[in-house]
Amino acid sequence: MDTNKVDNKGYLDMELLRFSTAGSVDDGKSTLIGRLLYDSKAIFQDQIEAIEKASAQKGDEHINLALLTDGLRAEREQGITIDVAYRYFSTPKRKFIIADTPGHIQYTRNMVTGASTSNLSIILVDSRNGIIEQTHRHTFIASLLQIPHVVVCINKMDLVDWSQEVFEKIKAEYSAFVSKLNIKDITFIPISALNGDNVVDRSENMPWYKGSTLLYHLETVHIGSDHNHIDCRFPVQYVIRPQSVEFHDYRGYAGRIAGGIFKKDDKIMALPSGFTSSIKSIDTFEGEIEQAFAPMSVTITLEDDIDISRGDMIVRENNVPKIGQDIELMICWLNETPLKLNGKYALMHTSRECRCIIKDVKYKININTLHRNEEDKNIGLNDIGRISVRTTTPLFYDTYRRNRNTGSLIIIDEQTNETVGAGMII
Amino acid sequence: MDYNLTHLKELESESIFVLREVAAQFENPALMFSGGKDSIVCLHLARKAFYPANIPFTLLHVDTGHNFPETIDFRDEIVKKYNLRLVVASVQDAIDTGLVKEEKGYNASRNSLQIAPLLEAIEANKFDCAIGGARRDEEKARAKERFFSHRDEFGQWNPKNQRPELWNIFNGRKEYGEHFRVFPISNWTEMDVWQYIYQEKIDIPNLYFTHKRQVFQRDGQWLAATEVIQRRPNEEVVEKDVRFRTIGDMTCTGAVESHASSLEDIINEVASSRVTERGGRADDKRSEAAMEDRKKQGYF
Repeated sequence: MDTNKVDNKGYLDMELLRFSTAGSVDDGKSTLIGRLLYDSKAIFQDQIEAIEKASAQKGDEHINLALLTDGLRAEREQGITIDVAYRYFSTPKRKFIIADTPGHIQYTRNMVTGASTSNLSIILVDSRNGIIEQTHRHTFIASLLQIPHVVVCINKMDLVDWSQEVFEKIKAEYSAFVSKLNIKDITFIPISALNGDNVVDRSENMPWYKGSTLLYHLETVHIGSDHNHIDCRFPVQYVIRPQSVEFHDYRGYAGRIAGGIFKKDDKIMALPSGFTSSIKSIDTFEGEIEQAFAPMSVTITLEDDIDISRGDMIVRENNVPKIGQDIELMICWLNETPLKLNGKYALMHTSRECRCIIKDVKYKININTLHRNEEDKNIGLNDIGRISVRTTTPLFYDTYRRNRNTGSLIIIDEQTNETVGAGMII
Repeated sequence: MDYNLTHLKELESESIFVLREVAAQFENPALMFSGGKDSIVCLHLARKAFYPANIPFTLLHVDTGHNFPETIDFRDEIVKKYNLRLVVASVQDAIDTGLVKEEKGYNASRNSLQIAPLLEAIEANKFDCAIGGARRDEEKARAKERFFSHRDEFGQWNPKNQRPELWNIFNGRKEYGEHFRVFPISNWTEMDVWQYIYQEKIDIPNLYFTHKRQVFQRDGQWLAATEVIQRRPNEEVVEKDVRFRTIGDMTCTGAVESHASSLEDIINEVASSRVTERGGRADDKRSEAAMEDRKKQGYF
């Protein structure tokens, strides 16, 4: 499969799909990723040789594909994945970035991290065990992080005699559970990662399954509307002012479009000042462009000379985000030191930095049962809960559900400078 | 209307965002420039990120003294062409002043000797951030690297206690004396880099294209026959048509036999290659965790 050949000009038109996988040692996740990488030729000979050597040294019977992703010494010694590992492969249609995260409850923070940038989540279910606690957990995180597409791979179908009945039963059970959550697009695929059935090639063992193989689905799932193209949001990241004769009066606002479609001549409003103007040009290194949309990085110049700096936001006059200092959010706690009620933290939201105080913990969620516990307000490492904060300066935000870029924030411990919380605005 | 970006456009946009974040969050950032393709792509992205202004970074080159002369010429041309400020951290100077000790013997390499002068240059110039062209697909320890990677006051990396990095929000907060390493092309693969160089028509050193060179074979790879590598008596020098897939120190960068004379040829060769680009790097072969160990001490 010489997919990347230049004479095959299509490669410059490939799209990018970021997906995450979560799973534990035994559910076949490494086997599945190994197969996708191997079948798409993303694993090289010297890598195979290196892990063959390492597997043999550890006395493993088979090549342990987890060694490919477990890059750190401590991970290989303990046989566990500590951190999110990123893997890459491509087919003629798309380039893929896999955020591979360990699925155990202790690693909720890694799953959340991996999910935060994903368009799609693969949830593995062992056909012999059906829906278990871990399936609930992974699904809840996919829903919380608003991953637009979920693929439930019902794996090890070879061990249940390729039974359609088993597949349908698991599918029905999962559908009942997921109806309580907010997931837009769910697909079920019966596979055997070990034998390759329905991973890259269609299974001859399951003629009753008429849907796509996993790879075909990954290559074709519609990702064009995963970004918000309705609400115009441009957080100003940096002000470009060339100190040169040629561009003496140039003042460009650099940033990445967080939502909507900006066009030349559009009437805009700058926040927090409220001053209005119109777009004079949308500049790139290649020259002016007519319009820009998420997730493009561009530079905007305005007709009027108004005061705008990093942390400000350019929006449309008739569609402004929420503006406020009292923010309600779901928080995933990422640090060993628990959240302090009434504690003060630093906060980063789009290009804005400020401080905040934790005003209230409403409840903590049991991520296996989805039960809301209003009594237990201790939010520690890997816990997820609902809190309210008050910020020192107003934020310009949308709900996370409406826009992942303007609805997400991080909380930072001011003593250690560590990122301790991931927030999704409600 | 279709609102999809190509994968290269999306990667480019992500990298530009990261570079602008560096300019906004740090006071005195440096862009590590080796003259290799990854740092050339980083420089190209930086020019795009701040256009029409000049790039707000100083170029920092760690010169092992064993670089290919072609690399140094290329570096100097770039600096002149784009009117950049260049700081060179010299391994030779570090050896001469006794900061580091030269390795001896057949496999002597100045690769890990780069760490001390690099950290010294960061400290002496008060750089609070050093941008590098490392990619996660290159090597397994790098697969765990953050875009914004914190370094303590000794320049060390602690892989077990990295800050979680969510969405596109990058936390560059630090104490005085600490610094960050930032990797804007973390999510690019070797193929992405070559496709991008092709798409953008970016100049690269001739070493990447096929040329005749005096080489000898060691541990299954071709090394340049130069006075900086001590050859064993049985290591015979021959002339071959070769090119380099990565450009590093002469002592540890293996050449591959190739007739690829254009970017198209290189892309086709990379597409059909069954060995990773670092397969030719002796510095990674010293042990299974060679890269992790060097990175912890402050390597790129």
